[in-house]
This record gives sequence, C-alpha cells and structure tokens, in this order.
Amino acid sequence: MKLKNVMSSVVIGLGAASVLTACGGGTETKGGISPQTMADSLHMVMASDRAVYTKLIVNRLVKDEKVIKASEHWKDDKALVLPAQMFRYGAEMVAEKGANFNYSLLSEWPINSQNSPKTEVEKTGLKFIAANPGKNYYSEEKLGDKTYFTAIYADTGIAPACVSCHNDHKDSPRTDFKLGDVMGGVVIRIPVES
Amino acid sequence: MLTNNKKIWIIWFISTAMIAMFFGYKIFSDNEDKTVFLPGSTSHGHYQIELACSACHTDSFADESDIQKACTNCHAEELKLVDDSHPKSKFTDPRNADRVAKLDARQCVTCHTEHKPEITGDMGVTVPEDVCVVCHKDIAEDRPSHKGMEFNTCASAGCHNFHDNNALYEDFLLKHAGEKDILDVQVKSNTDIHKRISFIRTYPINEYPLKKLTLSDKDSPESIKVDQNIIEQWSSTAHAKSGVNCTACHSEKDKNSEMTWSNKPSEKKCGSCHDIELKKFKESKHGMRIAQGLSPMQPELARLQMKSSAHRKSLTCNTCHRDHTFDVVRAAVDSCLQCHDDKHSQSFKDSPHFKLWYEEVVRGEKDKKGVSCASCHMPRIEKSFPGGNKHIIVQHNQNENLRPNEKMIRSVCMNCHGLEFSIDALADRDLIDSNFLGKPSEHIKSIDMAVERVKQNNK
Repeated sequence: MKLKNVMSSVVIGLGAASVLTACGGGTETKGGISPQTMADSLHMVMASDRAVYTKLIVNRLVKDEKVIKASEHWKDDKALVLPAQMFRYGAEMVAEKGANFNYSLLSEWPINSQNSPKTEVEKTGLKFIAANPGKNYYSEEKLGDKTYFTAIYADTGIAPACVSCHNDHKDSPRTDFKLGDVMGGVVIRIPVES
Repeated sequence: MLTNNKKIWIIWFISTAMIAMFFGYKIFSDNEDKTVFLPGSTSHGHYQIELACSACHTDSFADESDIQKACTNCHAEELKLVDDSHPKSKFTDPRNADRVAKLDARQCVTCHTEHKPEITGDMGVTVPEDVCVVCHKDIAEDRPSHKGMEFNTCASAGCHNFHDNNALYEDFLLKHAGEKDILDVQVKSNTDIHKRISFIRTYPINEYPLKKLTLSDKDSPESIKVDQNIIEQWSSTAHAKSGVNCTACHSEKDKNSEMTWSNKPSEKKCGSCHDIELKKFKESKHGMRIAQGLSPMQPELARLQMKSSAHRKSLTCNTCHRDHTFDVVRAAVDSCLQCHDDKHSQSFKDSPHFKLWYEEVVRGEKDKKGVSCASCHMPRIEKSFPGGNKHIIVQHNQNENLRPNEKMIRSVCMNCHGLEFSIDALADRDLIDSNFLGKPSEHIKSIDMAVERVKQNNK
C-alpha cells in the first residue's frame, strides 16, 4: 500500500513535522510515511487545536467568565463559534484548498443527522472507539472509485461546555452525556492505491 | 481543359475556405456579432452577456474546472455571504461519493446548465423539481411533519432554498414566531460618505478637500462654455456641498497622462468616489454588460416588460441619477418607472408602500416610513470596514436579494414586517403583481411546523 503524493504539503501545512517522529504507530517507509502515521499525526494536531479552542476560549469565556455566548448561529447572535463548528469550518477550508485528505466529525448521537455514521467503516469504527476507550480504529474502504485508508479517533467531552450544550440541545438524540464520555469520532480519510 | 470532377472539387474547396474565413473572422474578431455561435439562448441571469462568450468560456479548450472557475469568479462572494447551505466541500467529502454519483453538485453547471432554454426553470435551474429527493428522501423520519409532502415542494413552497436559507432556517423561524404583520419601522439612514472617505482608496481628497462650494467656486476651464442652469443645479447638490468641483468629474487623463476636459465622464469616474456602488452596479442586471466590456444595457434588450419610450436608453449611473442634479429621490422611484413596465411596477403607485413614500417625500412626514422601489430592490445594508467600522450603504445590485425572493426577507421585509407575514407575502405571486395591495392569500406553514416540533420535543 503506497501513500499518494500528499505528505510534504500536508505535513508542512499543519506544522506537524515535529509531531511525526513522536506519535509512533505505523511504519515509516523509504518513500515517505505510512497512512496510519500520517493520520495519527494529523489527528494529534486537530485534537490539540480543538482542545485549546474548547477549553481556553469557549469554556473559559462562556462557562467560567460568563462574558460571551457561544452559538450555533454565531453570526446572528454575535457570539463565539461552537467548537464543533470551528472543527468543521477548518475541514471545509482544507477541502476548498484541494487537500488530498479529508476529515470530519461524526457521532452516533449527532445533533445534525447528516453527521451520523453512513458507511460500514464509520458505523463499525464509531462503535469500536466507544467500546474500547483509548483505542483508535483503522480500516480501508472504497468510496466512489477511490480507496481510502480511514482512521477513526474518539472525540470525548473534555469540558463542561461540550456536555451541557449537547444535553440541552433540542435536536440532540442523547441527553445524558457526562464529562469524559465519548461523544463522537474524528474520521480521517487518506486516498491510497488499492 | 478541366474536367467536371475537377471543377466541382475547386468549387468545393473555395466554398469551404470562404465559410471557414467567415466563421473564423466572426469568432476571433472582438467587434463581430457572435449570435451565430450560440447553441441556444441562455438563462435570465446570463442572457445579457451571452455574446461575451469568454465570460464563461475562458479558454478555447476549457474543461470542467475552468467553467467552474468562471462561475465562482462572479458568484463565489455571494455564496459565501449567504452561508451557502450546500457548499462544494460538502460534496468533495468522500463519504458523499454515492450522492455525487447521482448529482455532481461539485459543479454549478450540474444544476445550472446554460443554452438549454427548454429545460431552464426559475433561478436558471435545469434539473428536475424533485432534485432534493436524491439526498433527502428520508426527511420524514427526522421531520414527521414532512410526511406525505409532494416531492417538488421543498423549494417551491416558500420553505427551503438550495443555497440561501438565512431567513428560513428552523431556529430563525422559532426566534421570530408570533411576530405581528407590521412592526415598528427600523429606519436605516445612509452613512454620510464623508465618514467613508478614508476607506475609499481612490477618493481625490487632496485635490477636492471637503468644503462647501458655491457658484463662484466652479472650476471649469474658461474655454468650456457651461450652461448657467447646469451650474445652478450643481451648486445645490451634495457634490457642491462636499467640495466636488466640475473637474472632479469632467477631467480625464489623456494618452500623455495630462488631465483634459471630458464632456461625458464614464461610470469609472463615478467609481473613483462611489467605489462600492459602482462595483455592485456592475454585478447587477443594470451594469453587467458594462462589466463584460459590452455596450450598456438598453431596456429594449430586456426580457422583462419595459416601456417602449425607454427602449433606447443606455444604462449608466446618470440614467437613474441624472447628471448635475443627482436627485436620489427621483432615483428611488421615477427613474425605475421610466423603464420598468411589468405588472408589479405598474401597480406600485397604487400600493400602500407608495402611499407611505408619498407621505414622507411630498408631505414631509417625519417618521420616514416611506417605501420606494429602491427600498426593496436597492436596500440600505450594513457593511463592515476595517477597524470595526460599520457603515450603511445603498446596495446597487438589485439582483442580490431578488432570486429567490426569500433573500429579501432579512435585508428588506423584516425592517417593517413580521417574518411570517413576509414569507407568506413573498410566496403569493398575485400579491407581488399587485405590489402588495392587500394581504397574502395563502399561509406558509413553516413557522407553525417549527413551533409544533418544539412542543412535541418538550412533551
């Protein structure tokens, strides 16, 4: 299995070069690194940025300092962007720039049903990460005419704001989340040669 | 002696060469009419510029991505502004590959094919009305209220749009549920252009500083004879009050970069101070031909009904604003009605909106409830400038909030009317034709459904 020619731009773009040697997992090859190493590295950057925004911006200013609101309709409400939106907008911008990988935030209990698992790998993977704390799920799947290495990582409720927002939302199919629960999963897809 | 066969070959060769030369000249010459190459007339949005082939066909061998780039060159900003509900990134996500196989919404032309008048519907849409079903056929599972609805009513019943749902999303409906038909009027006054000058890069503030000018200050050259009426008209305008002298508009740089007098300044000159206004004008049905280097739009070219007396008018800034008077009251109603002659326009002067306008402008009512053509079609909108500055400007692209007409709800209708009334009114074709004389005849149930769903969830 060979990784397509995506690594250099991706790694430089995310400033993740230093992370690559530290994250482990996957086998480094002469021509580059494995899809799993790349996915793990990307996820490390994504998860860290997401945690920083959630804890230092949203939870601090909304829950602790109570100086501003965070809202799904942030433009209309002149409020902070929700952490999940921050993540999705980043994913959209990456896609618009034509990156050769893709990521999304899915859940078995999504507020927007479009974000529920759809492919078999997503369905199996989200169940796996919820049932096996601390473990990631890796697989390959064919979507359209392309084969992807798909990695799924647990997305946990790391701050009170995550839990209360999901439990209180009128469209949330689950309202008993607790701090530290797996609330969904980050799905990263990297095209590979089948 | 040539044989008959040879003669036929020579005639064939000469005829072919002449035909090739004829078409070659037409296609490569900038000034030639290219109608002969049109494979079919274009949509309402593009017909004015359909002979500027290169506006869309940017390259002779343009592929899908080039065509897509041509679409986004003009429309990307607008889509971003309205938080497009179906951005391209939604469809480049591999998990939606099955949907893309059925409907490739990564390309604008999948739904908006041009040169196909026989299948072109409203908003230039060329896919069947049941297109939403491709992805949302199971909607009744999420929204039981939608069970049994016709497959073609998603976008035609005043409830949803493919791109712009800013005034139609569920939480917005809930926020404005129960509003009265008529609200307290939210008056938006233009920001004085003096406050905007520092944000206009090309404003000639050094040559024409902000100070009131009088008749004796006029700076037209001695060699140019100027009618006294014109000078008097100018002296009472905002231009004279702001230091904008004759040469500010009437001087143009010649080939040697020397400033020379110009009797008929171009719209580009207006844009050196009114930059946003000109940009938006050139995006509009009024100015899009100029933007493509074609002759200005003339009412006789329009697909809407226009007055025959106006057929040969050429649309530039002065057509509506009148040179030397720049009367914005005239520009807001009479300028529109000098050309537009469809039912909606014909009915305006009998409408309650016009009555309020008349009371404000003619009778001098102080509460400024008047509604002109421009109030709705060239609305005053808030625009952000660097440093957190927000100014109210007149939006000169009348298409921007027109199609689909729900785009008008937030920028216009809700300044005076409740959301429910606004949705109902804009869904009533007859009411639009009568220029809102009376009340909506049908009720769109979207707000009711949103309220009911919350009630059910809370049970």
